[in-house]
Amino acid sequence: MGTKHTETALEHEHATHHDHAHDHDEHHETFVSKYIFSMDHKMISRQFLITAIIMACVAMTMSMIFRFQLAWPGEKFAFVHAILGDKWAKDGILDPNMYLALVTIHGTLMVFMVLTGGLSGTFANLLIPYQIGARDMASGFLNMLSYWFFFVSSSIMLASCFIEDGPASGGWTIYPPLSALPEAMPGSKLGMTMWLISMALFIISSLLGGLNYIITVINLRTKGMKMTRMPLTCWAFLITAILGVLSFPVLFSCALLLIFDRSFGTSFYLSDIYIGGRPLDNVGGSPILFEHLFWFLGHPEVYIVLLPALGITSEVISTMSRKPIFGYRAMIGSMLAIGFLSFIVWGHHMYMTGMNPFLGSVFVFTTLLIAIPSAVKAFNYITTLWKGNIQFTPAMMFSIGLVSSFISGGVTGIILADSALDINVHDTYFVVAHFHIVMGLSAIFGMFAGVYHWFPKMFLRMMNKKLGFLHFWITFISAYGVFFPQHYLGLAGVPRRYYTNSNFPMFDNLVDINEICTIFAIIGGIGQLVFLFNFFYSIFRGEKAPQNPWNSNTLEWTTPVANIHGNWPGKLPVVHRWAYDYSKPGQEHDFVPQTVPLAEGEHDGGEH
Amino acid sequence: MKLLVLLAILLLIIAGHQLLRIIELSRGLKKTKDWELTNSDNNAMGKLMLTFMILFLLAFFWQTHRWIDRSLPGSASEHGLKIDWLWDVNMNYIVVPVFLVTNFILFFFAYKYRGNTNRKATFFPHSNTLEMIWTIVPAIALAFIIIFGLKYWNEIMADAEDPNKLTIELYAKQFDWTARYGGKDGKLGTTDFKQIGGTNQVGLDTNDVLGHDDITVKNEFHIPVGREIELLMRSRDVIHSAYLPHFRAQMNCVPGLITAFKFKPIKTTEDMRKDPYVIHMMAAINKQREKFGKDPVIFDYLLLCNKICGENHYNMQMNIVVESEKDYNAWMAKEQAKKTGKAAVASK
Repeated sequence: MGTKHTETALEHEHATHHDHAHDHDEHHETFVSKYIFSMDHKMISRQFLITAIIMACVAMTMSMIFRFQLAWPGEKFAFVHAILGDKWAKDGILDPNMYLALVTIHGTLMVFMVLTGGLSGTFANLLIPYQIGARDMASGFLNMLSYWFFFVSSSIMLASCFIEDGPASGGWTIYPPLSALPEAMPGSKLGMTMWLISMALFIISSLLGGLNYIITVINLRTKGMKMTRMPLTCWAFLITAILGVLSFPVLFSCALLLIFDRSFGTSFYLSDIYIGGRPLDNVGGSPILFEHLFWFLGHPEVYIVLLPALGITSEVISTMSRKPIFGYRAMIGSMLAIGFLSFIVWGHHMYMTGMNPFLGSVFVFTTLLIAIPSAVKAFNYITTLWKGNIQFTPAMMFSIGLVSSFISGGVTGIILADSALDINVHDTYFVVAHFHIVMGLSAIFGMFAGVYHWFPKMFLRMMNKKLGFLHFWITFISAYGVFFPQHYLGLAGVPRRYYTNSNFPMFDNLVDINEICTIFAIIGGIGQLVFLFNFFYSIFRGEKAPQNPWNSNTLEWTTPVANIHGNWPGKLPVVHRWAYDYSKPGQEHDFVPQTVPLAEGEHDGGEH
Repeated sequence: MKLLVLLAILLLIIAGHQLLRIIELSRGLKKTKDWELTNSDNNAMGKLMLTFMILFLLAFFWQTHRWIDRSLPGSASEHGLKIDWLWDVNMNYIVVPVFLVTNFILFFFAYKYRGNTNRKATFFPHSNTLEMIWTIVPAIALAFIIIFGLKYWNEIMADAEDPNKLTIELYAKQFDWTARYGGKDGKLGTTDFKQIGGTNQVGLDTNDVLGHDDITVKNEFHIPVGREIELLMRSRDVIHSAYLPHFRAQMNCVPGLITAFKFKPIKTTEDMRKDPYVIHMMAAINKQREKFGKDPVIFDYLLLCNKICGENHYNMQMNIVVESEKDYNAWMAKEQAKKTGKAAVASK
């Protein structure tokens, strides 16, 4: 299938240049075309990563501010005042509207900018062409546009934090009418408009990227790279991209209708409202329509965030256990099943919205079905570790962390998916704990695993292992420390998005739990400095990367240690086997790269 | 002061830079690279994985032991008892065991199979039997969860059909609640949001005579024990959510819609105040309140807003008093007298 693509223009142009590639002055490249408007998948991947890291820092700082407020409501904090100023934190006490704004933007940045744009953008861009043996993405130009839409979108979202009325503050789910009516809260004025514009641009970026990933995987696989030989990372990126392409347009229409309601007087989501001392003209709309549209994206979105992380860990766990991934086909099958089911479960976010209860029971059924492929994945990871020869690189440790958080957060999903049980914990901290652990932690651990593992391919240098260990343990322990206790807040009935719990005497005995969460958040936040230092320091001063530092089978490790256009000097590699021949009996080494031909009578692992 | 801080930061940067230079220079002398794993790394990290697992699981038990009695008291409504039962079954027999066992195995394997240059991993790419097991076992467990969950869900969400039911409307707006009773005829009048204003704060349709005797109350509403309560919910402005955690009841209040939730309270407020679990809980709460310099409180049922609704979302509450039918009737009579009294004053 891939043969006809081996003779690309890029090959002619760059095949002879590989010798010079490492000395930073490639031919015909200006600073602008190399570092800014680059069409090279590796550069775009790095652009996504750096942008996502900046966004993650902003979002984490925001969470730090509201965690202080939750643990010590009414106390004065100089650092809060220093960041937010007199208007939003008079004397260092956080303003309730700003609290909601911080919660909202924290969620938006984390879900969309960091874990969707950042995670897929970085690793799908880096790994798809590398691992399937392609010169670049199918369309370098669309790929470049994808990044720049993402950049503009992120910039607008950040800029909205500096306007007079503050950024959007109706929660990251921006349910109307709260988000539709400027009278309802200051954040629903200009801030909300900017949020919607930013999101529209983000969706464009995501679609351009997603289409590119799908086309590249389908068309540009090198000779011998059958779908059943493809690394699970590429499978994950492919399924993720399909989910995105099918669901993001729905969010776009959802946002568009909201823009109409806000700016052009339509009534898609509005009806029978009296606000600001007068009845509104809007009649006939329904906020529940918005919720349906929003969650039709919103739920696949969870898997858009999670699947790339699962793909990355599949690769890392297999490589670092020095064992083939257990149940390769089952892993693909479960990802396909999760991807399919993710489209028919959105209603489980809406059991308590007034949606017809019968519809709710259908969603209970479909939602709980997702537990089956998820369980298959978790057990397959664990079995991959069994009788392995586990190499604890920081990437491997984060991958094990992911499996743990995927399980610990996943099991409470069984409770929340059950509508009868959801009644009393819906929108409480039990939900906050659940989705932060299963989605937030798992995805961010997957992202860290990817950064540590493929850093040598991205920046041609190595990250320091000891700092990596330190970073892992701080992050892992404090992440559980922040979110695990929140289950108990949920059991006590604490609603989420409360500026303070001190107005209800029934929550007074929960202060110490909130303090514990905040203390761990502080430790975890500071721990990320270790990562930032290791990351930026290693970019410039890390040890030089060898050809194949992790003794890995996949194709990216056959490229020269240089960022050259077209990835391989000369001909593209030809693939003869699946990616997981680790510790195969009868082989000299404990790994057999995909480019090694099958011996006589040898059985290809992906074929069973 | 600021200058000092700046100087300190500058010094730290210089010190850090020097330290890095030393490390970089000594790097050339070392045999091992600062990214390559050694046996001792693997050994140490494997042991740390095991240590983490033990501490993590201990922390789980410690938290549960310490904090579980801060959970909401047992359900004060009839259907809530079923929810509590189903919750306990799911938690104790599925969620917690799966959580404990899989985390145990995960970290134990990580420790047991920690890498070593002498080890060789076992080539074990797949096993249909194993994969079938962990497809079918979860499927069976899920069948149980789904069957019971849906059975209760359908019961709980069925329309209120008890002829003796008491219908109350909860009306939400930024940022308070109003409860409306049917008055003498027991029937709620229809509403029209365009007529909101003046004394008509809930938007009664003045053309509908059914609504003329409706009683509205704020801050606190009363319900009789042992009778089915049908809550109808409306919102004036944005989405709110009526959350009555002690009764295991919750439903969003959506502008333009009337949503409903029914429940039968089985314990009066006084019953709850005598419940040993609640007494213990309130003692802990009052102990904490004393530290804050706040007055002690007694137990009350509460209605909270549980859907983000704006600035004062965190302070949108209403007391609920559950009492005997007799006390409830007395309270209702008083509220009705208040209304006629007010009307009499107005007509003068």
